[in-house]
Amino acid sequence: MLPSSWPMLSLIVWLPIIAGIFVMWFGAGRASFARWFALASSVVVFLLSLALLPAFDTHTYAMQFVERVAWIPQFGIHYHLGVDGISLPLLILTTFTTVIVIVSAWEVIQEKAHQYLAAFLIMEGMMNGSFAALDAIVFYFFFEGMLIPMFVIIGIWGGPRRVYATIKFFLYTFLGSVFMLIALIYMYFKGGSFSILHMQQMPLTLTEQVLIFLAFFIAFAVKIPMWPVHTWLPDAHVEAPTGGSVILAAIMLKIGGYGFLRFSLPITPDASALLDSMIIAFSLIAIVYIGLVALVQNDMKKLVAYSSISHMGFVTLGMFVIFMIAANPLNIGGSGVRLALEGAMVQMISHGLISAAMFLSIGVLYDRLHSREISTYGGVVNTMPWFAAMVVVFAMANVGLPGTSGFVGEFMVILASFKANFWIALLAALTLIIGASYTLWMVKRVIFGDVQNEGVAKLKDVNKREAWMLGSLVVLIILVGIWPNPLLDLMHATIEHLAQQALTSKL
Amino acid sequence: MPNLTSLNLMPVLPEIILAGMACLILLIDPFMPRHGRNVSYALSLLTLVALFIVTLMQMSPTVRMSFGGMVVNDHMSDIMKLASYISLAAVLIMSRGYLRDRGMDKGEYYMLALFGLLGMMILISANHLLLIYLGLELMSLSMYALTAFKRDDGRASEAAMKYFVLGALASGLLLYGMSLLYGVTGGQLMLTDIANALSHDSGSMALKAAVVLIVVGSIFKLGVAPFHMWLPDVYEGAPTAVTLYLSTAPKVAALAMVIRLLVDGMGNAFADWQPVLIVAVVLSLAIGNIVAIAQTSFKRMLTYSTISHVGFVMLGILAGTDVGYSAALFYTLAYIVMTTGGFGMILLLAKQGYEAESLDDLRGLNDRSPVMAFVFLLLMFSMAGIPFTLGFWAKLAVLQAVVGIGLWWLAVYAVIMSVIGAFYYLRAVKFAYFDAPTDPSPVNPDWNVRGVLALSGLLVLVLGIFPGVLVGFASRAFGGF
Repeated sequence: MLPSSWPMLSLIVWLPIIAGIFVMWFGAGRASFARWFALASSVVVFLLSLALLPAFDTHTYAMQFVERVAWIPQFGIHYHLGVDGISLPLLILTTFTTVIVIVSAWEVIQEKAHQYLAAFLIMEGMMNGSFAALDAIVFYFFFEGMLIPMFVIIGIWGGPRRVYATIKFFLYTFLGSVFMLIALIYMYFKGGSFSILHMQQMPLTLTEQVLIFLAFFIAFAVKIPMWPVHTWLPDAHVEAPTGGSVILAAIMLKIGGYGFLRFSLPITPDASALLDSMIIAFSLIAIVYIGLVALVQNDMKKLVAYSSISHMGFVTLGMFVIFMIAANPLNIGGSGVRLALEGAMVQMISHGLISAAMFLSIGVLYDRLHSREISTYGGVVNTMPWFAAMVVVFAMANVGLPGTSGFVGEFMVILASFKANFWIALLAALTLIIGASYTLWMVKRVIFGDVQNEGVAKLKDVNKREAWMLGSLVVLIILVGIWPNPLLDLMHATIEHLAQQALTSKL
Repeated sequence: MPNLTSLNLMPVLPEIILAGMACLILLIDPFMPRHGRNVSYALSLLTLVALFIVTLMQMSPTVRMSFGGMVVNDHMSDIMKLASYISLAAVLIMSRGYLRDRGMDKGEYYMLALFGLLGMMILISANHLLLIYLGLELMSLSMYALTAFKRDDGRASEAAMKYFVLGALASGLLLYGMSLLYGVTGGQLMLTDIANALSHDSGSMALKAAVVLIVVGSIFKLGVAPFHMWLPDVYEGAPTAVTLYLSTAPKVAALAMVIRLLVDGMGNAFADWQPVLIVAVVLSLAIGNIVAIAQTSFKRMLTYSTISHVGFVMLGILAGTDVGYSAALFYTLAYIVMTTGGFGMILLLAKQGYEAESLDDLRGLNDRSPVMAFVFLLLMFSMAGIPFTLGFWAKLAVLQAVVGIGLWWLAVYAVIMSVIGAFYYLRAVKFAYFDAPTDPSPVNPDWNVRGVLALSGLLVLVLGIFPGVLVGFASRAFGGF
């Protein structure tokens, strides 16, 4: 046990950033040193984040491990960190994924390896910071700051259209978030504090709420991304190096979802209730239409990217269907609301694991044949049996097969949607067919069948490093799939409180 | 008639030292060896250090009047002067190698730079219309001469000519505005008296005309649109060492002039000058950010970026609150750090007989010098206003000021423009990071340039995480917090 007086969250936020700068400075020309140092620091941060678990009190929704000091008193900004049941799982997901990403880069990234690793470490710190932030400007600081390393990652180590993709990614997300900044400043003048917790309790008129909600909505919808502002994601994913895709899909998208939970629902509950049908419609379009778009992709990464958008549709659906559930007279007791929100949370964690696994698998193939086209492959199972076995697990999880983590979240959200409206649930449940089609069809074309060409015939199965990397994800995906209770316990109290906040009118 | 004691010379000791030293350097320089102006350079830096120490020792929150109230020294002037000294020192250190390589290392450079500084200091401390004009002209004339410093260069001469003609026009407008103000206030020249006189002016037409003319004359030096036309040509045409000078310390002085005239002098006419500034800001942000996209010259791009930055500074001024003024000062200080680095990059990439002014010259900077490339990255993101850099806090400060007075639509407009502007900063980073170098040779090894650049990068990053110090300075200048 670490002493409780340690500023644990600050360590988790700043240690990777300092380590990143260190690697960038001293790793030049010493790739091996840079790799081991980056791995060691990411493992330390991961362990530190795990060390929060035993000390975390699951019976309260209150923020824990709180740190608060004045940062810029003239602007009313406090350096205020803390975690609750929503942010802690995402924080651990971040620290875990970073370890995996650093392992995945081991032999693959040869060009400027130290800068690559440094970018990921710095980004880890920023992502942790945005999950742990309790001051709106601190959140924005990290939320926006993480664009810098991602911009560099896609731009330097990306594919042929990397410049287009990375500038598109940057400008899209930047444009989205600046309106949030104005909304935050507005609320500062209204309520006299940048504290998120304070903003959650602040009374706001409906007009104010709608405007603030829209500002938040633009920021988070772009980040998640929701249809119709999703177009940056396929480009960014296709061009990004494997590690970049993994972080993008597993963590950065989740920050959008997290933002809805932390900002939109509690700060603007009435506007959320007013505009919920818009978001539900967008989510359903994402689930169905984007799923169909995924079906016709020839590029594996693009396919998984569209599948991500479709899966994130469940997250937003789960978050905003609660107002319909609460309004449904047949629903007594309100357990449906909790189910929907917890489903959305589980879906975020699960999608973090599955999309990371899918992108890593594509990376493994790409490292060997330097192609992401489905048509390049075929019959991979004959030369890479171990790899094929793991990919099938990931594919099943992506489909939402019971026993995998993908099932839990989607099932919870669909179940909750039934309590709101039959047709919404039906449309959402279509994903089980569409998702199965595009995922399994891809697996069939890539993994199964006869060996298609010379390239595939010469493939070597996963090495030890890749086996560990993918294997750990297999374990976690199945673990969350069959035994989600520890995860749910972690967030119960917080979700309960959030549901209450979201359903209590501020007017 | 003020007697000798009411002259109170102590507060103007820095100005006296500077004037003396500048004359001394002027006299000593011809007697020094023909090549290498080491003595003038050393003496100039020494002067700046001495000024820094004296100003620091005199620093106090009380208002110190001298020359019967014509010269005022307060916290704002102390902080602005200190910033000017540091900025000028950085410019001199960085320019050294550049001037030597191009045969421009003449004593006049140092002398003109110091007289320009004297003009700035007078401007910063002026509490009297004539003194403002005097300081402005002393500063401007030095700047015109410096622009034409490379005598045989057609581009530089053209730039200087343009600068001079437009600058003279702006001075004329300012002077006309001042004369109207003199008439409206019944013959007042002292800013404090003007403020008193205006407190019971009912907003006559003559006052409005005076306000407009004075605003025009005073924002001209900052380069706020629609009075920005001189800026791209002058900055591009002038030798880069001079551009560096033009774009840093004089902006502080110009800001001081705006604050002294509009706030201290015509604060009661706020309702008259605020709309004028709003129009200027809207234009500046649009022109600065949109036109910059079309530039292929890095130097011109930075110039348009300057236009957008001064637009943000004005955003703070037009808020009309102490929070707004300190935000404007904070932004200006941040701007100086960033711009010193930005134009410094051009000095870094320049070689003997070659000016690296094009965006193409940035290609592959990360391969040529990773440290300098990282500094460049920080500077560009800082100018774009992304967190973890100083530029973010600067933008936040002015946005807070504007939202604070309820002009949230203007804040929305400003952030949309800054997103558009982000594009060209990103493009510059793209050249430095994503492209292979066309010229793989290592960059300029001049440690003077590298040192100052590294320092500006470090400042952007450290102040980007702990901006409190600088924010504190800026807000103390206006008695806040």
